[in-house]
Amino acid sequence: MKKLNIFTKGFFKENAVFVMMLGLCPTLGTTTSAINGLGMGLATTFVLVMSNIVISLVKRQIPDQVRIPSFIVIIASFVTIVELVMQAYVPDLYDVLGLFIPLIVVNCIILGRAEAFASKNNAFDSMLDGLGMGLGFAMALTILGSVREILGSGSIFNISIYKGDGALVFVLAPGAFIVLGYLIALINRLSEKA
Amino acid sequence: MAKQRESTFVNMVVVLFLVSAIAAIALAFVYQATKEPIAKSKLEKKKKAIRNVVSEFDNNPIEDMFKIPVEGADSVECYPAKKEGKIVGYAVKTYSKKGFGGLISVMIGFDPDGHIHKTAVLEHHETPGLGDKMQRSKSTFSNQFDNLDVPNISDKDNDGIIIEVTKDQGTVDAITAATISSRAFCDATERAYNAFKKIKK
Repeated sequence: MKKLNIFTKGFFKENAVFVMMLGLCPTLGTTTSAINGLGMGLATTFVLVMSNIVISLVKRQIPDQVRIPSFIVIIASFVTIVELVMQAYVPDLYDVLGLFIPLIVVNCIILGRAEAFASKNNAFDSMLDGLGMGLGFAMALTILGSVREILGSGSIFNISIYKGDGALVFVLAPGAFIVLGYLIALINRLSEKA
Repeated sequence: MAKQRESTFVNMVVVLFLVSAIAAIALAFVYQATKEPIAKSKLEKKKKAIRNVVSEFDNNPIEDMFKIPVEGADSVECYPAKKEGKIVGYAVKTYSKKGFGGLISVMIGFDPDGHIHKTAVLEHHETPGLGDKMQRSKSTFSNQFDNLDVPNISDKDNDGIIIEVTKDQGTVDAITAATISSRAFCDATERAYNAFKKIKK
């Protein structure tokens, strides 16, 4: 049961975006549509899982005083791998996400989980933690992206749902903040009642 | 329970070296593996850009590519588009170094009579939300270049440049708060037209 908990906490109890409010920069910047949010979330999940596994495997070998630079090099390597693979096989998504892909390196969630979990647990548990946190992040981004796309572009996953252009503000930065704020308020309200 | 490796000077240096070395090797490997697919997708993007900016053609413009020298030692690539042997347009891959974020690369399609058929931005490093509006998908800025009758634009301020923003006595409506990017786009277009003039003779 405890193992399952490690995995599921990333979705609701300790959701990176709605509860812990980490990694908000890519959250706000890439959720202009559902598919962009999902793509970004999955790329981040891959880096999170791989870096969690590797870091938990080498944690005893890395002297405490150089753990931060070592973790960063490991994380940055996986981000570069994701970047190269995306550029090669999904160039359209790569063009859309642009600068935010290399920014995954400084996404607080990744270094945060490395410090808080991977450096203190075994590889399998770290993998579960990374997967749960990452997919929870992807879920949050997809929800945010979907709401912004529905309200701002009149479509979801590029399928048009109503005629007309929607309210442009939701595709721009202010709309991101507004929608995120309301979503957090909604989730807080729902978890109060639960 | 194994002990955590101590933070002695030697340990730290060795571990940092090993971590970086292994990372470098892994990345070199992935770079090699993705080099070809990345080159392929860049080529596809180029083909798509050419198809976007000139009228329908049935030859292979990339094969028939030739270079036109521009100022200094630079040159631009020109892709002729033919239908049934006759020229239907030229796609010129032009650039400008005057972008706000540096080099911008634009594909400009010319009709045989010098009208601009259509344009497509290939590469840029402009500010998202401002200069990136030169992209067709982000704003209608580039639409004003479609069907532009370049040969008949007058050079109002006699500085030898005909495609300019209104701030410089030209006819192009710049992107609000992105004059530098707009100027760079005009510079790239002007360069392409000057190159095009050389083959028109």
